[in-house]
Amino acid sequence: MKNLQYKVIVGLEIHVQLCTKSKMFCGCAIEFGAEPNSRVCPVCLGMPGVLPVMNKLAYEYAVLVGLALNCEIAMFTKWDRKSYYYPDLPKNYQISQYDLPLSTNGCIEIPLESGRTKKIRIIRAHLEEDAGKNLHTAGNFSQVDLNRTGTPLLEIVTEPDMNSGEEVRALAVELQRMVRFLGVSEADMQKGHMRFEPNINLAITKDGREYKTPIVEIKNLNSFRALERSISYEEQRQLDEFLDTGKVIEMGNKTTRGWDDEREMSVLQREKEEAHDYRYFPEPDLVPVELTPEWLDDIRSRLCELPLKRQMRYVRDNNLSDYDAGVLTADRSTADFFDEVVKAGGEPKRVCNILTQTGLKIANERGCGVNDLGVTPRSVAGLVRMIEADTISASSSVPIFEAMVETAKEPEVLAEELNLIQKSDAGELEAVVDQVLAENPGAVEDVNSGGKKSKKARGFLLGQVMQKTKGQANPKVVSEILARKLG
Amino acid sequence: MTFPMEELSARELRDGISAGRIRSVEVTRAVFERIENFGPVLGTYISTYEDKALKTAADVDRRVAAGEPVGQLAGVPVAVKDNMCTTFGATTCASKILENFHAPYNATVVEKLIAADAVIVGKANMDEFAMGSSTENSGLKQTVNPWDTSRVPGGSSGGSAAAVAGRLCFAALGSDTGGSIRQPASFCGVVGLKPTYGRVSRFGLVAYGSSLDQIGPITRTVADTALMMNVIAGHDPADSTSVDETIGPVCDYLEKLDEPLVKLKIAVVPEFVAGADEQVQKALSDALDIYKKLGAEITKIDMPHLDYAIAAYYIIATAEASSNLARYDGVHYGHRTDNPKDYVEVYSKSRAEAFGKEVKRRIMLGTYALSSGYYDAYYLKALKVRNLIRGDFTSAFENCDCIVMPVSPTTAFKIGEKINDPLQMYLSDIYTIAANLAGIPGISIPCGFDDKNLPIGLQILAPTFGEEKLLRIAGMYEKETDWHKKEPSICK
Repeated sequence: MKNLQYKVIVGLEIHVQLCTKSKMFCGCAIEFGAEPNSRVCPVCLGMPGVLPVMNKLAYEYAVLVGLALNCEIAMFTKWDRKSYYYPDLPKNYQISQYDLPLSTNGCIEIPLESGRTKKIRIIRAHLEEDAGKNLHTAGNFSQVDLNRTGTPLLEIVTEPDMNSGEEVRALAVELQRMVRFLGVSEADMQKGHMRFEPNINLAITKDGREYKTPIVEIKNLNSFRALERSISYEEQRQLDEFLDTGKVIEMGNKTTRGWDDEREMSVLQREKEEAHDYRYFPEPDLVPVELTPEWLDDIRSRLCELPLKRQMRYVRDNNLSDYDAGVLTADRSTADFFDEVVKAGGEPKRVCNILTQTGLKIANERGCGVNDLGVTPRSVAGLVRMIEADTISASSSVPIFEAMVETAKEPEVLAEELNLIQKSDAGELEAVVDQVLAENPGAVEDVNSGGKKSKKARGFLLGQVMQKTKGQANPKVVSEILARKLG
Repeated sequence: MTFPMEELSARELRDGISAGRIRSVEVTRAVFERIENFGPVLGTYISTYEDKALKTAADVDRRVAAGEPVGQLAGVPVAVKDNMCTTFGATTCASKILENFHAPYNATVVEKLIAADAVIVGKANMDEFAMGSSTENSGLKQTVNPWDTSRVPGGSSGGSAAAVAGRLCFAALGSDTGGSIRQPASFCGVVGLKPTYGRVSRFGLVAYGSSLDQIGPITRTVADTALMMNVIAGHDPADSTSVDETIGPVCDYLEKLDEPLVKLKIAVVPEFVAGADEQVQKALSDALDIYKKLGAEITKIDMPHLDYAIAAYYIIATAEASSNLARYDGVHYGHRTDNPKDYVEVYSKSRAEAFGKEVKRRIMLGTYALSSGYYDAYYLKALKVRNLIRGDFTSAFENCDCIVMPVSPTTAFKIGEKINDPLQMYLSDIYTIAANLAGIPGISIPCGFDDKNLPIGLQILAPTFGEEKLLRIAGMYEKETDWHKKEPSICK
């Protein structure tokens, strides 16, 4: 075994559902969970005589992703029919793109554990229409729900540039964040907005010779976890199989396996890559899309700073931890809100704390974004400045923020109303301290005795002062007075 | 017969009804009387809608009486080929697979007919899915030629052409993928226009060869064709391939119809025409003599790639058809086999049971042509030929206004004569196919009769969006002749 080394090689095919209001080629609404076959029309039902009309926004969304993936954008792109018979495909062909996809030759950076990034090459990204769903819950027959039929899908194909489950997961997460930032997909895994099909094999060096195992394509992956696990699983399975049989890659021995989420293993679905002949040919019912430089510029103007770049900027320029920067850049509205608060004069680290610890928590409870809470970036910056100026304690920011959401009043007003203005006046506080010391001679004695009890007694005395001032005393000032009085 | 309708064109009828001189209800009743008398012999209609038609007619009459405005086809009884979807009745494409298919929407052209106050009397028979040149491929009924009931009416719009020729309507819509309007119009002695590809919306036309299909009128006179075009032409947002009117403006095709073209330059392709029947060639040269008399200059041109038109057409059309007809699978609508053993059998048996022979033949041809390993040799090659043919026309039209040739090498042939020899049948499309490949408009007008008293058609081809000119050129000839006034004896 000493003489054996191996590396897993993974390429990904990703389908991303675009969040246009209507379908790719008709006016039907896209709605998850609607009553079966209620979001359909003659066009997406593939009735005789109907014709498709391209959803321009879906095309623009696709180009936007192409740009974000650093692809070459085709100035001329066309549609093709991909033929296969399946009950969830009413026309028995899918309108897709074959030899002239709208974008090619791109790349995406993914973050690695080490803090570095890796470049994964993108072969192409093209648009197509989704199929419906076959339901096998009705006993002797199957049912077909065509609500999903015709939903715009962006298919992204990577080069086999990934070499671990972690890398594959990182790409998936990065892509999810990217399309959400661009506002082109909700990218909700549970709703099937993102579907992954990895192609996996091993490059093995044994006794100085190179071998490659047959490629396996995995289907039915509906979570990042399953995606990552499936690769680790395949890695081991293919190694065992190679050692057992010595089978190597050759024409036509690609297999398809399905992922069994419960048993955490892949199961053989198709032994040999069936000689699929999709009989592609240009879709005669649609005209090719000719992109003009002006149109492309217009789409390009909708690009934004992408999440990974932004995350790295927060770490580099704002001194945030990688984790916090990741939380802020999980979606664009949070990151944009953060930037605006910082721009309004909030110290970045404190802004981050307020947003991640309080803002996002309330937003999650309400099922909205931090930007939808009715709190302006300027007020949040004001709140941060009050902490910085010791006007309020850091912990008081929580009830004040909550009250800002409830009342839309300014933090300065709320701090007053809630009696959360800190008392830092040494003279005033000294009187309270004196009173507390007089009332608690036992504790004073404990402090003076030194040793174990001393620390606890100090804490107790501080607590008493805070209680008497209803939490408004500045603990820092009180500690100083206590230290001075008790030595 | 209570009404001398054979004497009136659709336009004259429309004028009479709009002016309150003629009542649409009366004409519509007369048409249905004829349908009752001659329909069973001619086999023109798959379905008719008497009650609905009379209701529309009565409504038009009432509006005319009330002085309300009425549409361009006010009260005119028309037929629609049964491959155009209608919310009333079935839309069968003359196929068993769609025998009971009721469309939930109207084709754009049907909507336009309705908006123009036309009275739709019925859905006309055709070759199944418009595949054929004789209407013998109808899966539902046989249509015969009104001039000789032992002969075919041509196809695939045979029902529409026979209905117009037999006076079972005043005008009809057909569709033309490789000659399916022009050839039956020629066989039945009426006028048929295939407009420029994209001139008329295909939305709701059940597709055969999507890049070739085009809807057009079949009428008794050139003016009626112009009138029908005024109603159906134009951009449709529901059809991406329909032409933007800023590129190809639609005009009033009747406005200048009676103005002859001065310095008309007509081109002929002598070598290409040499294969036609002698009597057909004679009719063509007689027609050219008339144009000469009218001052036209005739030039001879060479179109080197026309010989490959049939081969290219039968690759492209069948390839598209194999894909267009994939949806008739027994799953979502249409005929479904009884007791299939699995879903694959739902497909294979439903299709095997309900498609006719010619449809199956073309699906197989097209599937083969698109298969991996054959695509380049067949489909791609055919597209190249198509481009060369387009080029031939583009250069030809640099030096002429139109090209004139026969519509078909023969007049109407006997029922059964070619049905078992598909290749012979395909060859009868030789003069019509090129216009579809090039996307240009072409018209068939009556230009004589052979010794069996069968009509002969004259085909005139014009450049893209040249319909206005084309109709004027056709009108010049029509004014000099009275072939279009002849009627089959069955009408008398």
